[in-house]
Amino acid sequence: MLSFVTEIFVNYPWLIVLVKVLGVFAVIMPMVAYSVMAERRISALIQDRIGPNRVGIPFTKVKILGLGQPLADGLKSFLKEDFTPAYVKRIFFWMAPAVSMIPSFVVFAVIPFGSFMGAQKMVIADLNVGILFTFGIVSLGVYGIVLAGYASNSKYPFLGGIRSSAQMISYEIAMGMAVVPVFMLAADSAWQSNLTGTWKDYLDGVGLLNLSSVVAYQSDSLFSWMVFKQPIAFCIFLIAIFAETNRLPFDMPESETELVAGYNTEYSSMRFALFFMGEYAAMIAGSALMVVLFCGGWTLPLGVTLDPNGYFSTPASSVIQGVLHMLVFIAKIAVFLVLMIWVRWMLPRFRYDQLMNIGWKRFLPVSLANIILTAVVLWIIA
Amino acid sequence: MKVERAKLTWLERLYIPSILNGFKVTLRHFFSWKRSEVYAEKQSGYAAKLTMQYPEEKWPVPNGYRGAPYLVKDEDKNTKCVSCQLCEFVCPPKAIRITPPGQSGEVDREGAEKMPKEFDINMLRCIYCGFCQEVCPEEAIYLLKDYAITGEKREDLIYNKEKLLSLGGKDKRAYDHHSQDGVTEGIKKWEKKTKEAKAQPEFH
Repeated sequence: MLSFVTEIFVNYPWLIVLVKVLGVFAVIMPMVAYSVMAERRISALIQDRIGPNRVGIPFTKVKILGLGQPLADGLKSFLKEDFTPAYVKRIFFWMAPAVSMIPSFVVFAVIPFGSFMGAQKMVIADLNVGILFTFGIVSLGVYGIVLAGYASNSKYPFLGGIRSSAQMISYEIAMGMAVVPVFMLAADSAWQSNLTGTWKDYLDGVGLLNLSSVVAYQSDSLFSWMVFKQPIAFCIFLIAIFAETNRLPFDMPESETELVAGYNTEYSSMRFALFFMGEYAAMIAGSALMVVLFCGGWTLPLGVTLDPNGYFSTPASSVIQGVLHMLVFIAKIAVFLVLMIWVRWMLPRFRYDQLMNIGWKRFLPVSLANIILTAVVLWIIA
Repeated sequence: MKVERAKLTWLERLYIPSILNGFKVTLRHFFSWKRSEVYAEKQSGYAAKLTMQYPEEKWPVPNGYRGAPYLVKDEDKNTKCVSCQLCEFVCPPKAIRITPPGQSGEVDREGAEKMPKEFDINMLRCIYCGFCQEVCPEEAIYLLKDYAITGEKREDLIYNKEKLLSLGGKDKRAYDHHSQDGVTEGIKKWEKKTKEAKAQPEFH
């Protein structure tokens, strides 16, 4: 029986990719649901409220801290009337939610979310241009918002769409520039040539722009994490991710206090839910990117005393180890998600000229200076 | 008018102090579990946020609140209503419907004058104006403190005589609820009217 299964997977390698895609999707969707839940609970607690704590297991009286709420929310959005206003540009109006949701999920294709499960590397598409692919796809999410704003044929969504495009041009460049020093450090072929043990298999045939090589670079100790090696790049990237995912203080496309609900004002039912899920999936994708680029990915540097065999800092040789690595990765993502939710109730919204000001006049020069600084330091060391 | 903008220092323009302050304030609120003054007396003992968790916790209903109208019994657990139909007549939304006993005049006890065969209040129509309570010569109907009237069907919300009597009860609720001087005794027939009459100079 087992040999039959392996035979199938050997004969049809794309089946493995399919299984991975479904697996990632099956993890991301509950994470999206529960990050909405976390958002509601955390924001409530910060505002001295309690938040949703009623819904438990359906048809029973068990209330487990309201953890059944996402189920109820999802069901509700399915049962709502899907209303299309007159005078919208229908094709674009129908396209927009998908266009905004799909890119956030596609980003996960190149993210190394674990080390090994058996012989399989835990990344869907082990692209050597991983980071370029990520930036290319992440930017597409904005088109969904702009399209929604345009297609709604209504003033508030339109303003939201305009703001979104203004926002995109101001943070994307700084974001791209911020990541350059990370790869200047990680894409150093010297350390890649003297790898040992499972790392050798893990980085077999991996290019220098591959995200797994960034993870490998950060696996030594806590202080080899890019947060500590590139703090300026981390700050700029973090802020750019906030702008990217339309989170406060940069939620200009939505800004519910000014623009009703911004780009999704005219949407209802499942189409609104698609925007919503896209937003939270983008948050998770952004957090995953930050974890991979700056916080050591799936590795956990416990040090030589706690973890002498490098159980958490070298690619897995057993299935349990592989699962633990993935759990570490998810836990790190959760930390960033909580940070994003927390910041939402902390800072007031920027005006969009202020965001452009920050993006162009502050972050772009600072990130360029950071590249030069890193280059100079590397040159001196070498 | 020209508004002078405050000149920010270099540190302030970095936003970092304000961000740190923001973390501080939000953390303080996140971990504050003090109860507001409103519920302090009722739920002292367990910590919570400002939210009142409704079905378990309820507002203290003030005296004189006009809730749902119920029929009350006297101190001997007898029906006080004598089916005079004044409340039915005065009810603005016509929520009350009384079926009088007719010529047979069946009563449930010796010496009783008259009592309604059926007494229905449609809680969907009731506007809680309190006219029925005011007009009742027998002090048989009172607006008590119940405010959450729920049902699954429309028929559930038409309360019949038995339901109204059991909800109104014999207890001192009605009297406490409406007493002016805080004296709590059982509901006494004609007590208020007697008091009023005694207050008049030509009463003998």
